[in-house]
Amino acid sequence: MHKCERCASPATVHITEVLAEAKFEEHHVCETCYPKYMEDSQTKTGAAITSDAGAELEEALFGQQECPDCGIKFVDFRNSHRLGCSRDYQVFQNELLPLLENIHGETRHCGKTPRRYPQTKLAEAELTQLRQRLKRAVEREDYEEAARLRDQIKTVEDA
Amino acid sequence: MNLDSLTEQSGEWLRASGPEADIVISCRIRLARNLSSFPFTNRASTHQKAEIEQYLKGRLEKIDFEPRLEYVNLAPLSALDRQLLVERQLISRELANSEGPRGVAFAGSEIISVMVNEEDHVRMQVIRSGFTLDEAWQDADRLDDKLEEKVPYAFNEELGYLTACPTNVGTGMRASVMLHLPALVLTKQIEKVFRALQKINLAVRGLYGEGSRASGDFYQISNQVTLGKSETTIINEIRDVVPNIINYERQARQALTRENHAQVLDRVRRAFGVLKNAAMMTSEETMDLLSSVRLGVNLGLIDDIDIFKVNELFIHTQPAHLQKLLGRQLDSEERNTERARFLRNRLREMDSLN
Repeated sequence: MHKCERCASPATVHITEVLAEAKFEEHHVCETCYPKYMEDSQTKTGAAITSDAGAELEEALFGQQECPDCGIKFVDFRNSHRLGCSRDYQVFQNELLPLLENIHGETRHCGKTPRRYPQTKLAEAELTQLRQRLKRAVEREDYEEAARLRDQIKTVEDA
Repeated sequence: MNLDSLTEQSGEWLRASGPEADIVISCRIRLARNLSSFPFTNRASTHQKAEIEQYLKGRLEKIDFEPRLEYVNLAPLSALDRQLLVERQLISRELANSEGPRGVAFAGSEIISVMVNEEDHVRMQVIRSGFTLDEAWQDADRLDDKLEEKVPYAFNEELGYLTACPTNVGTGMRASVMLHLPALVLTKQIEKVFRALQKINLAVRGLYGEGSRASGDFYQISNQVTLGKSETTIINEIRDVVPNIINYERQARQALTRENHAQVLDRVRRAFGVLKNAAMMTSEETMDLLSSVRLGVNLGLIDDIDIFKVNELFIHTQPAHLQKLLGRQLDSEERNTERARFLRNRLREMDSLN
């Protein structure tokens, strides 16, 4: 894991500066030092960031996006160091990839694959949907629908 | 399953059998798996955790796998019973101390255990005595295949098995080897070993895993990287480095007996003497003294006891085991008195057999 180049905290922002003649420069800073880094680098390069790009960056940085399945934001992960569900790996892909690169040095699995993988993928998508519908049915106290959904879930699970 | 009967045996990982068992206590493979249609345990409601437990319990009891696994529901167990399972390494401390529906399925031989609703929905582990990483992996792989026939896992082609913490994603595998390294500690070379291991991305931990002190000179070496390498590559990396550590330890042991014979003999006999005579004994002191005795037995300096009996004392003197063996709850001072009494009796029994 990289350390922030401005203080000792773990670096959470990883920047590749594109310099002239296709040269690149790597920088690693923490969230606290990041605004200062941007300020300094703007003065250095004289490049101004448009307000749109700034807002986008902010959103990427402080992760306001919410996972539609489990409801966590990326900041929640930052605080608890635990993800909320398997879908988070897609939802927060951009934030997680540099982190995975830091931890493992790689970002692609090359171990075992479940044998039933192609079939289970379909069944899983269906199960997630059915469970969400079941939850909503229970919430609106539609027990008839809930019972029907439970049977359906059981059929898919046992398939 | 009657948990009280567990104390009658020592558990697979302390059997002191298998290759290099004088130094390699045990090998362990742990696989983390999740059900993709549920949130991870930390985001699951009590109701969802109960559903996950019900779902997994039914399948774990039904899978076509030998030995048969029996499910133990942890929520209604006493803290003492849960601690007993921790000391036997059948469950993690985290699972013992967490809340809500959760459990563990294991077989009587205690080689295999499957935790439910730990940090991940499924944490299966295989522990084998001695330097037996490959055998442990074969068991774990087979169990994983069998469970996967019944349970659809959270998996994606790019990132592999998806886990609650990104440090486990990919193979979801932690392979570890537990070593007894008293001579490297005595000769102050252990730090050197740590540094070398860290350089190749291997972690070193104490007896009871993450955050635990290396009491009794026991060290667990495990992989840190779980993504971008196959299970076999990870296991090979550890299997290749362990013989070097074994050799270091053997060399250190030889150097000790050659150059400091009197001091080592003195240390071993004092440890044995204290264990046989003390009136109060903490768990920490017991571990340290037993470590010296274990070294003494391996060096042929004490021939009264066999190594299996020493291994057994390491676990039977742990707080929960001691209370189970004596059949009552004890506060910490009582425990120290009873532990000393227990050790005196056991060691004298062994002496009188000779």
